[in-house]
Amino acid sequence: MPTRLRRDDGFAGAADAVYEALIRAHEGLSEAQSAALNARLVLILAHEVGDPAVLAEAIALARGSLRPAGEAGGAR
Amino acid sequence: MTAPRFPFTAPPELRGEARRHPVAVIGAGPVGLTCAIDLATRGVPVVVLDDGDTVASGSRAICWAKRTLEIWDRLGVGDRVVDKGVTWSVGRVFHGDRELYRFDLLPETGHRRPAFVNLQQYYVEQYLIERAAEFPDLIDLRWRSEVTDLVQGEDGVRLTVATPEGPYGLDAAWVIAADGARSPTRTRMGLPFAGQRFEERFLIADVRMKADFPTERLFWFEPTFHAGQSALLHRQPDDVFRIDFQLGPEADPELERQPERVMPRVRAIVGADTPVTLEWCSVYSFRCARLERFVHGRVVFAGDSAHVVSPFGARGGNGGIQDADNLCWKLALVLQGRAPASLIATYDEERGRGADENILHSSRTTGFMTPKTGAERLFRDGVLALAAEAPFARLLLNAGRLSRPCGLAGLSLQTPDAESPPDGLAPGAVCLDAPVVDAAGRAGWLLDRLGGSFTLLTFAGGEAPDLDAVPARPDLRQVVVADRPLALPGAEVLRDPEGLAALRYGGRPGTTYLIRPDAHVAARWSGIDAPALARALARACGHPPEAAREAA
Repeated sequence: MPTRLRRDDGFAGAADAVYEALIRAHEGLSEAQSAALNARLVLILAHEVGDPAVLAEAIALARGSLRPAGEAGGAR
Repeated sequence: MTAPRFPFTAPPELRGEARRHPVAVIGAGPVGLTCAIDLATRGVPVVVLDDGDTVASGSRAICWAKRTLEIWDRLGVGDRVVDKGVTWSVGRVFHGDRELYRFDLLPETGHRRPAFVNLQQYYVEQYLIERAAEFPDLIDLRWRSEVTDLVQGEDGVRLTVATPEGPYGLDAAWVIAADGARSPTRTRMGLPFAGQRFEERFLIADVRMKADFPTERLFWFEPTFHAGQSALLHRQPDDVFRIDFQLGPEADPELERQPERVMPRVRAIVGADTPVTLEWCSVYSFRCARLERFVHGRVVFAGDSAHVVSPFGARGGNGGIQDADNLCWKLALVLQGRAPASLIATYDEERGRGADENILHSSRTTGFMTPKTGAERLFRDGVLALAAEAPFARLLLNAGRLSRPCGLAGLSLQTPDAESPPDGLAPGAVCLDAPVVDAAGRAGWLLDRLGGSFTLLTFAGGEAPDLDAVPARPDLRQVVVADRPLALPGAEVLRDPEGLAALRYGGRPGTTYLIRPDAHVAARWSGIDAPALARALARACGHPPEAAREAA
């Protein structure tokens, strides 16, 4: 169980606006450009977070949510 | 249910007895009927013109929000809707067969009304029609009366009405066009209806069955029982369930509405053994659009004629009822000569904000449900994958942002706070309910005492507030929340048995609210200040600042 990641509303009530901004950021980009944008965004946001322990937990959470390739589309 | 048929009765105009009506409403749907009843409760005579002779075919709008129920309480029809309807406040979100989370739209007690009641639109219309019949001297409901022409004059509108016994002309000082998403009035006036059309097609199947699905809003992304992107299930009265299937942009509407196509989809969710009959179905796509302005001379647009949204979030019907709630007290004040005609412009200002809010939320929901690019899809799937474990992802997951009252803070009728009170309801907020006890010891609800007219709500503690400073006026009701019975002539004194009124309104001795007739906060103070009250009241009636100063 992650302990360093926020459990409260870090978006301060504006989650939908944040999501919309992320989607908008990709408008008109090719898939390769989108992937590049995402990588750069992760770098910038990782720097904003700063704390390696928090980042480690975020990485573990994201990694854990990926299904092994063989299960993709299976257990929905 | 067998739909009632309402007879055509020849109106006086067909006998050559012309008279000018204060208000004509076009359209006897939920919004038009709510307008008629609201105006009647204010003593304003109203004629309602509808081209049909019955209630809605099919369930159509089914989710009625707390705020709508509170408005209908004020109009005397809330109990019937709630008694017949299915009460719910919990929604659950699934991804495939995995439950991601559940949410409660009203996680606290001390409110008369629940977050939502589901009730088929035809019942709502029937109850509103029966309520309207209780105002025989004020509401003239004319069936099979189709408006075929509209001409605006300086101070009124001339309508031409086609009927089974021939056409007639009808003069009205104001017209409310509540004639629906395809509004003929809008078309007749040549008004552009700008917005965004969504390609995605959806199937609504209302089915009757004995099934033990919970009384909750169930939403699936990538359901196991349906090949499409999403599905939604809702319980209605009479063992009717609404199932909404996302079909994709390529679906053929004609083909998909055939029962032999619909029933296998239904069977996949309810199982092969449950006896089930198809009540109503509809294949739809939608757009989010609005008129640039809702007021055009003496013609005011309300409900779907003014703005349309996607159905996810129940923001169409509920938005329309809020339109009626916002408009009718203003129209009544203007017709009674107690407010300038410019007050009607604030309907456009306030409900324009509501429409924009509803369009924004429902567009975002649609975007989440229908990712259009690979990147969008990756984000969407990422949110779904994280939502069960990470609370933040539930905030991003958008399976519908359900209708909430629109806040009117910062708009022209509200008086901003002079000081900054730490808690309670800011000007523009909709009033919150709380249990109260009246002087005779009867338990009731605070919201039953607010709205209708302007109301001065004062929190007193144990000492009588100095209401002598407030000039007695018949259009200002006075309600005092006190710790003990107080003798206050002209005011209704209520106790706050659970302290929830004080909690929700930040009520300390002296806290005073000016409440609008639609139960929104117009102004508030930490103590009674008669000149400030007079200014705020004048402002809330749409009087320009200099008149408001004179009023003080």
